[in-house]
Amino acid sequence: MDGALLEILPSIILEGLLVGSVYAMIALGYTMVYGVLGLINFAHSEVFMIGAVTGVEVFRYLSPHIENPFTLLVVAIVTAGFVSGATAVTIERLAYRPLRRRGYTNRLVPLITAIGISFFLQDLVRLIEGLWHGEFYMNYPSHAELEHTLVLPLDMTLQVKGLITIVVTLLMLAGLWFLVKRTRLGKAIRAVAQDATTASLMGVNPDSIIARTFFIGGFLGGVAGVLFGVLYTQVNPFCGFIPGIKAFTAAVLGGIGSIPGAMIGGVILGQLETLGGFYLPFFTNGAVGTEYKDVFGFVILVLLLLCRPQGIFGKAQKDKV
Amino acid sequence: MNRASVQSFLYPLLTLASVGLLWIFPDTTILLVPVLGILFAGTLIRLHRWSRWSSMAFVLLIGIPVAGLENSFLFELFIQIGIYAALALGLNIVVGMAGLLDLGYAAFFAIGAYTWAIFGSPQANQFIEGGHFPLPGWPYFYLFMALAVITAALVGVLIGLPALRLRGDYLAIVTLGLGEVVRVLANNLDHPVNITNGPKGISPVERPPVDWILAITDRLGLTLQTNHAVALFFYGLVLVVMLAIVLINRRLDRSRFGRAWVAIREDEIAARSMGIPLLRTKVLAFATGAAFSGVMGAIFSAKQLFVSPESFTLLQSITILAMVILGGMGSIQGALLGAAAVTLLNIEVLKSLSEGLNHLRQTGFVLDLGFIEYNFANLSSQLEPAKYERMIFGLIMVLMMIFRPAGLIPETRHKLELEARRKGKAS
Repeated sequence: MDGALLEILPSIILEGLLVGSVYAMIALGYTMVYGVLGLINFAHSEVFMIGAVTGVEVFRYLSPHIENPFTLLVVAIVTAGFVSGATAVTIERLAYRPLRRRGYTNRLVPLITAIGISFFLQDLVRLIEGLWHGEFYMNYPSHAELEHTLVLPLDMTLQVKGLITIVVTLLMLAGLWFLVKRTRLGKAIRAVAQDATTASLMGVNPDSIIARTFFIGGFLGGVAGVLFGVLYTQVNPFCGFIPGIKAFTAAVLGGIGSIPGAMIGGVILGQLETLGGFYLPFFTNGAVGTEYKDVFGFVILVLLLLCRPQGIFGKAQKDKV
Repeated sequence: MNRASVQSFLYPLLTLASVGLLWIFPDTTILLVPVLGILFAGTLIRLHRWSRWSSMAFVLLIGIPVAGLENSFLFELFIQIGIYAALALGLNIVVGMAGLLDLGYAAFFAIGAYTWAIFGSPQANQFIEGGHFPLPGWPYFYLFMALAVITAALVGVLIGLPALRLRGDYLAIVTLGLGEVVRVLANNLDHPVNITNGPKGISPVERPPVDWILAITDRLGLTLQTNHAVALFFYGLVLVVMLAIVLINRRLDRSRFGRAWVAIREDEIAARSMGIPLLRTKVLAFATGAAFSGVMGAIFSAKQLFVSPESFTLLQSITILAMVILGGMGSIQGALLGAAAVTLLNIEVLKSLSEGLNHLRQTGFVLDLGFIEYNFANLSSQLEPAKYERMIFGLIMVLMMIFRPAGLIPETRHKLELEARRKGKAS
């Protein structure tokens, strides 16, 4: 590797950290729901997308009233968090809870439901946006203050919006850690994740805890949606799919069900992806380029599941009769 | 007279009536629905053998072809239904019988399609010297149909061997990922060596010659246009392949493998304890499903004359999955019904709805109900039912799972089990 490629390395690592923190926040939604229900919530990528779209709407309707882009961003993040959280709770109420109540013999039932919801929501958002604005491809408006570039040591550059992403992610993760480890709700969530029946005997209502878990996961997903939108500007009803898959990969990477695992998995995946996307074309003389960037995540996922399905931090499980 | 004989007497009459209607009004495409209904009824109700088979053969061999020569859209519709029916039957083995959720099933369809498209068009000249291509439709198309089966099955084994070691929900994600990988490869393998021609796709793909059909009809004193002969040919081809697949499915369902698949679906650990080799049996299901998809892929590429990665998206896989779920996982008639219903919905009902709405919009129709007045000229042009397949398939999947998880026509094994349970409760 020649010097120029090496010099740019710190910037690429920083870029990976940005992508990784968005993945980490989405991954938390997958991992927490998996923890309490043992279900891969395929619809979580759409919860994320709804957050991103809500953010655009907030920017669109409040820009004339609020001058300061930072205030605007905070309002967008909070609104998107609540909208996404409410969406996640609604999904749980309308689809997953009836299934749980009824009971099912075929274990594909919840999985297929989740995929159905995911597809339904994509087109629902598309329909709403289409009827509302006449088109469903949206852009986050650019603000000079958010795009302002900071110069860091080692020739690294970071836009203000990137800095905000990292700060917000750290705040959210700290808040989540506090919630799960230090509050009664957190204790109840952990109890339900460990054993729902026993938890219910201890006076915990699993249904309400599951709904709250969906809300928390959805909230994080919505916040991630706004940050993703601000970072990459383009948003549409189908933009949740790829980040969703990657965040799922991150959750598996860290060991699904484990909260710190999801965070670290997100960051590792972000690094692998940006490093791979940047350096692979050089090593393969352009035969394999950035067009395979999205496949990269899948390949990592497949290899990971084959070699170490329990993830980096998870414990191996044996099927018992 | 007992019930079966009454039904056996009425069934051919109803068949004649529905086919007759289609013959009198061949341009009213929706009249295909009662004809298809008759076909399904024939597979479900108790009939004497002669009544069932003669009526069904009449519909498939005479009824639909005669109407199709009047209105070739009927052929198109039936060919689409046939292709999707074969795909649904293939996926039904994987998802319905063996209980393995495969979200990348369209990948095998793509492999079948590209197998013939690359060699049945000038595309292969890009990487094989000598200008031998396109290969002529006779006999190579038929050879490549077989080759497509083998290639798809081999890829199924290759993907299955690692993926099928995983638990159910992980398998879904991994197959989804691998399906995307195949599509991205098709999209990007135009460099460094141009194999798939990338997003532009491959065209024109050779079709097998239909001179012999024209020769036969000439003998019979009919004059047929070439495009009609081509439609008739593909109708027949799809029909033969589909029937073969139905037959294989029926045999497999009752075979040692079919029983092993169902056992794995119901309880993996119990199946293993009974001495069923898990991985080998699952891979076999995967490869069988892939093979059906592969052969239809080859036919699809020849019929469309054009192949591009656009036809093999996740939406395609989900469409096929929605068919299997609507009809009933594990049930052969269910897969056929699901394929027919979803295809009709997709290319006939939704399109007509869109056209209807467009018409109302353009003519500025005013709906006046007294208390509410609405001018259709104001209707957003975004509201086109034909473009909202995802919403419809998603809704089908969710509603079926919540209200009728066994599907419209539950698998017989399952039905027996349900009835036994109900009886057990009653006593």
